[in-house]
Amino acid sequence: MSQGDVVVVERLSKRFGGFTAVDEVSFSVARGDVFGFLGPNGAGKTTVIRMLLGLLQPTSGCARVLGYELPRQAKIMHGHVGYMSQIFTLYDDLTARENIRFYGQALGLQRGELRRRMEEILTMAGLKGRENELTAQLSGGWRQRLALGCAIIHRPELVFLDEPTAGVDPVSRREFWRLIYELAHRNTTVFVTTHYMDEAEHCQRLGFISQGKLVALGSPEELKATVMHGKVLEIDCDDAERAAQVLRRSVELGEFLAEEVALYGARVHVVAADEDSARPVMAALLAKAGVQVRTIDTIPPSLEDAFISSIRQQNSGGILT
Amino acid sequence: MLQRIWAVMQKQFIQTLRDRRTLMVIIALPVLMLFLMGYAVEIQVDHIRTVVVDHSRDQRSWSFIEALENSGFFDVMYYVESQDEAIQAIDEGQARAAVVIPPDFLGAVERGEAQALVIIDGSDAMTVQSAYNAAITVAESYSVDLLARKLERSQPGAHGAALQPLDGRIRVLYNPDMKAIIFMVPGIVATILQNQATSLTAFSIVKEREAGTIEQLLVTPIRPLELMIGKLVPNVVVAFVNMLTILGLGVFWFKVPFSGNIWLFLWMALLFIVSSLGLGILVSTVSSTQAQAQQLVLMILIPSLVLSGYIFPREMMPKLVRFAGDLIPMTYFLQISRGIITRGVGLRLIWSQVVSLLIYALVVFGLSASSFKQRLE
Amino acid sequence: MGDEMIVAGDLHKAFYSHQRGGRVEAVAGISLRVAKGETYGLIGPDGAGKSTMMRLLNGLYVPDAGRASVGGYDIVRQFQAIHRMSGYMAQRFALYGDLTVAENLCFFGRAYGLSAAECAERVPTLLRFAGLERFPQRLAARLSGGMKKKLALASMLIHNPEVVFLDEPTLGVDPVSRREFWDLLSTLRAERGLTIFICTPYMDEAERCHAVGLIYEGRLIAQGRPQDIRALLPGQMVELHTKDLRAAEIVTGVEGVLEVQTYGRLLRVFVEDAERRIGGLVGAIEASGIEVSGARVAEPGIEEAFVYLIRRQRQEGMHRP
Repeated sequence: MSQGDVVVVERLSKRFGGFTAVDEVSFSVARGDVFGFLGPNGAGKTTVIRMLLGLLQPTSGCARVLGYELPRQAKIMHGHVGYMSQIFTLYDDLTARENIRFYGQALGLQRGELRRRMEEILTMAGLKGRENELTAQLSGGWRQRLALGCAIIHRPELVFLDEPTAGVDPVSRREFWRLIYELAHRNTTVFVTTHYMDEAEHCQRLGFISQGKLVALGSPEELKATVMHGKVLEIDCDDAERAAQVLRRSVELGEFLAEEVALYGARVHVVAADEDSARPVMAALLAKAGVQVRTIDTIPPSLEDAFISSIRQQNSGGILT
Repeated sequence: MLQRIWAVMQKQFIQTLRDRRTLMVIIALPVLMLFLMGYAVEIQVDHIRTVVVDHSRDQRSWSFIEALENSGFFDVMYYVESQDEAIQAIDEGQARAAVVIPPDFLGAVERGEAQALVIIDGSDAMTVQSAYNAAITVAESYSVDLLARKLERSQPGAHGAALQPLDGRIRVLYNPDMKAIIFMVPGIVATILQNQATSLTAFSIVKEREAGTIEQLLVTPIRPLELMIGKLVPNVVVAFVNMLTILGLGVFWFKVPFSGNIWLFLWMALLFIVSSLGLGILVSTVSSTQAQAQQLVLMILIPSLVLSGYIFPREMMPKLVRFAGDLIPMTYFLQISRGIITRGVGLRLIWSQVVSLLIYALVVFGLSASSFKQRLE
Repeated sequence: MGDEMIVAGDLHKAFYSHQRGGRVEAVAGISLRVAKGETYGLIGPDGAGKSTMMRLLNGLYVPDAGRASVGGYDIVRQFQAIHRMSGYMAQRFALYGDLTVAENLCFFGRAYGLSAAECAERVPTLLRFAGLERFPQRLAARLSGGMKKKLALASMLIHNPEVVFLDEPTLGVDPVSRREFWDLLSTLRAERGLTIFICTPYMDEAERCHAVGLIYEGRLIAQGRPQDIRALLPGQMVELHTKDLRAAEIVTGVEGVLEVQTYGRLLRVFVEDAERRIGGLVGAIEASGIEVSGARVAEPGIEEAFVYLIRRQRQEGMHRP
């Protein structure tokens, strides 16, 4: 934790009655970083963001955003951060322009500045010429850019993005991430939650959250190196499904050791502690089952491999910090 | 700070003006209420349909009857031969009041000991109030009038004339003590049944539609009709049980007399519930959210209370307003309910309302036919 | 009918959208064929027409034009027969939160006409299949997102359908449950020869299908086996890590570069003869003073193909009158 940290969270917890939604989560975010929060729905991502925005009172622990203590100084902090949630930000019965104007006014922009920023946001979102259409008529990619625009109209130092690219076409997703990178370039800190693993690859630092706990924290490279307990072997063959079934059964029977056997696209990924001994065993098993194997390569683990590995470890009792 | 308030205000105005449906309700509802109040609400009932039993048929009896008619409160429709016939006319709903004049009215008046009986239909609070007060007022003023004439013709105290030569008796049928609860119970039963059946139905259908889960059910062999019936029967049972509870409390605790046939009443209640269910389904076909359904149900409830004759008498309403009341199932059931509970009549006398309810149910289910489609659109 | 389970010919379906001022074609002429036992994935972003296609095939909408059949039954005239031999998991599937797991399964069983005895017989097998055998008495509302989806899948299988339609079944679910869900699907295919028609916005799931249809704005812009679709990309792919996005413009200008896609900090450059040219590309970027921190030849995925095809589609759309 250094002076330049815009978000500092220490042992933050939230309990609702008997249910612990967030369990002693600690992390920090450095200025200008793109920080990703990964995890499935219901893991506690939204609850953490709400506490960071001062919308929920933590049960224990503390959180500071831009130096302001939460939730006590939340109102002051609101003028300096932006928040975008694709579902909740935009008013469908207002036009694009009306939405931008509302947020601009709400965030304290005055006449000249307001007008200027409105035009800038419309341009950034590519909505010039469409600004008087009802927001309900805009489709996925446009909506997210508009929502982002509404969140940053006041040039905040920190922006929270809650699942900003859900369901959107891949071209728009890429364009959106280009915008995020431009923001980060200008020293805006970006805090993004997602359950797209591939998006996570492009954050400077990541937190994996599952069942309310932070199961891993670090840069993508760090996570891939430290979280995995074995190497990932990729099998390219002619019948991936059969191969997976055969290998899974042999692991169950104890014929060789592997942490995970999974279908990955049209290939099979096997996570094994000892790749050198696993390789020939698998080749033999598959040959016996009549599966034609083209290659068995060791490949660098993806974040999804790392995430799944950490969740499995959490479920079996060992928790990483 | 002011700017922020302004920002939220501006946004809210825009959104309100764009929401046509809610706007319509906001503007239309008060106007509707005002018209209802203006035309439908009438505390006083006049031109009450009256039958006359005149055992004297002399000048005095005619002038008394004329006095009653001139008051504007009593409209004499026809004469009958006996008190029993008069009561039967009220039972049948042909008349709401009867006047019975004993024989030798003329002589009795001269002697200062005349009596007249006014019988009033006690099943309707407003009618009773108006008729009661009107009858007493007319009788008293007629008395005073008689006295005045006597005094003109003779010296004071010469006959030891009774200060009240005409003693007007009032008899209220069915509810002699004019207890409010007896007026209320049939009406409460009707209100509960209609409101529950309509709103529970509308909400349960709209809720499923809002959640989008209907789609999943449409691809099973379950047919839309089966789905409806399965959903609605529990509501029917609930409404029925509620009604029985109210009725039970009314009869056994508040001692409201139940004069008619209970089985007939229960069958009628079932018919009424079905009509109200149909109304609920109709509401659900035009509502996409539960909030909208709620607004619509409210817009049905308020006129139901005012136009059905529950509180205010339908006879006093102008034709157009009365026609609006004809569009509400509660209007018919209220008459059936009062008929059976308070007056104790049988099917013969309420059949036109029964037929009306049947037609109503058919029409409403026909209009909601779109809810029973096998497809999503 | 041969060995085809689903056949669709030039389906059209438009809706009146009063917000967009007119009729909008959700499905604009889609034809496809799915063989028995195959897994077919309809891949595309929100609003592309996937759900409409699903509903057409299930007889929930009547097409404006075109014909289709499932299991030999016509979608317009014989949809009830289709319902009896198929399962459909809608996006907002009907799980009754206030009923238990077992009660939900029984309800669907009875709805499909199974007797109480048949239900009692099949429920335990299905519970085991879905990994829910320890939770038969738990209220459905208390299940995690992943478990709910598995329960929904199980409910749809109780009447032993020959084909199942799944509308975005893994949306928002954690990666472990997603993998488990797909494992269930491959078990179904292997053990029952089930035909699976699935819609998803996740490109990586497309890799697990036998055949894929890329749907965009109501049309299929590509169709075939995953490898055939990937083959539509020009040349081979070189992946470059760089912090500065201007590198994209620079490398686009390099001769022989067929396609450039960005994704966060990754540049994906398509060229012929990638191995040979990789050095030249890096050099071109570094010559402009931008650091390149990693470069390798990599396998493109369906997502890259999709981006390529969409961009081409949009360009063509701009040239149309």
